[in-house]
Amino acid sequence: MNKNSNSYQILYAAVMVVLVGAVLAFIYMALKPRQDENIANDTRNQILSAVHVTAPSERDIPATYEKYITQDLLVDAEGNVTDSTAGCAFAVNMKKNLKRPEAERLLPVFRCVLDDGSVKYIVPVYGAGLWGPIWGYVALNDDGNSIFGANFSHESETPGLGARITEAAFQSQFENKQLYKEGELKNVAVVKNGQKTTDGGDYVNAISGATITSRGVGTMMQQCLKPYDAFFRKLQSETEK
Amino acid sequence: MLSKKNKEALFNPLSKDNPVLVQILGICSTLAVTVSLEPAIVMGISVIAVLAFSNVIISFIRNTIPTTIRIIVQLVVVAALVIVVQQFLVAFDYEVSKQLSVFIGLIITNCILMGRLEAFALNNKPWPSFLDGIGNGLGYMIILVIVAFFRELLGSGTVLGFQVIPQWCYEHGYENNGLMILPPMALITVACIIWVHRARNKELQEA
Repeated sequence: MNKNSNSYQILYAAVMVVLVGAVLAFIYMALKPRQDENIANDTRNQILSAVHVTAPSERDIPATYEKYITQDLLVDAEGNVTDSTAGCAFAVNMKKNLKRPEAERLLPVFRCVLDDGSVKYIVPVYGAGLWGPIWGYVALNDDGNSIFGANFSHESETPGLGARITEAAFQSQFENKQLYKEGELKNVAVVKNGQKTTDGGDYVNAISGATITSRGVGTMMQQCLKPYDAFFRKLQSETEK
Repeated sequence: MLSKKNKEALFNPLSKDNPVLVQILGICSTLAVTVSLEPAIVMGISVIAVLAFSNVIISFIRNTIPTTIRIIVQLVVVAALVIVVQQFLVAFDYEVSKQLSVFIGLIITNCILMGRLEAFALNNKPWPSFLDGIGNGLGYMIILVIVAFFRELLGSGTVLGFQVIPQWCYEHGYENNGLMILPPMALITVACIIWVHRARNKELQEA
């Protein structure tokens, strides 16, 4: 048989593509439920680590999540709770959510009660890094101002550079930073080592060598926390009472 | 099992025929993943696995592949293999798959893979091809680890994430070299390794 005849080549390529495609499709279908479950568990884990809770093992993540995250909330731009059915905040797809006009955006909040009885509010953030999306969860104390903890994740940032936003050394910088200065939402900026913010707001140090990713974190914080302004102010006035 | 020829396939790539130092393959990924030691090791292991198995598969079907479309066939095999590995990792070991996510793409574009498939697997039986894959993967990993060790040590003062340069050095004016973190230093480090390697292996020197 002539291996270099046109018909052999075309047949060979066609059979190969169909075969490989079928195998890949089959594997994808067969593994999809397990993968989805893993991804959901990973999200739960990220939310929990924003409030410094770690599940004893991977299997305990759903139970631990149920225990600490007591309520899912959706709020509107005026800070009113519009929905508080179980799982409503968890079901929000942040990527699609951010594409909507600002007025129609869903604002998910996870209410969390820790072992010592203190209440934290966890807000999801989503933005762009250098190579792909970055996202995270920012936990606020019930004063609606100071950050209790933050957790960031990424899809494809450079290992050793941008990927270091997932490390504790970067994330712990956000702890105890204040979003509001003199009653104004200043947010937390990410700036080069040794620099300061010009508007007097709190800041953290960027990762050297990962300028774009660090900037992405800063922009993400600005964009995603701004719509919560009214909600945060409500928390502030509640604690003052 | 290990005839003389097979031994050569397995051990030559470690030094005399090293994919990075002598064949100058896989430079791009050497540059990308050697900022710190841990990703370099993970990348090395994944390349060994994918290289060995794609070598075996190509070697099995080598007599049926039409020469005119062989590159496409190789690419499909490598890409399919990498995706299968990734899917299984996401389903069964999510933590590892998260660490590997970026490398998966880098493995497909790694020129060592295509280079070895072209040069070895297409003309040899599956068992020697398997050994060749393991050997070249190891040869690649060794260089990655050496480069990453120096870049992490001098660039961040750590090894595998542990601080090794004591604090008093910093107090006496020592500073981490920011240049080591940037890509050019990977090339310069590789060049230094090639220099040392050629100086020690006279037969590799070109006139």
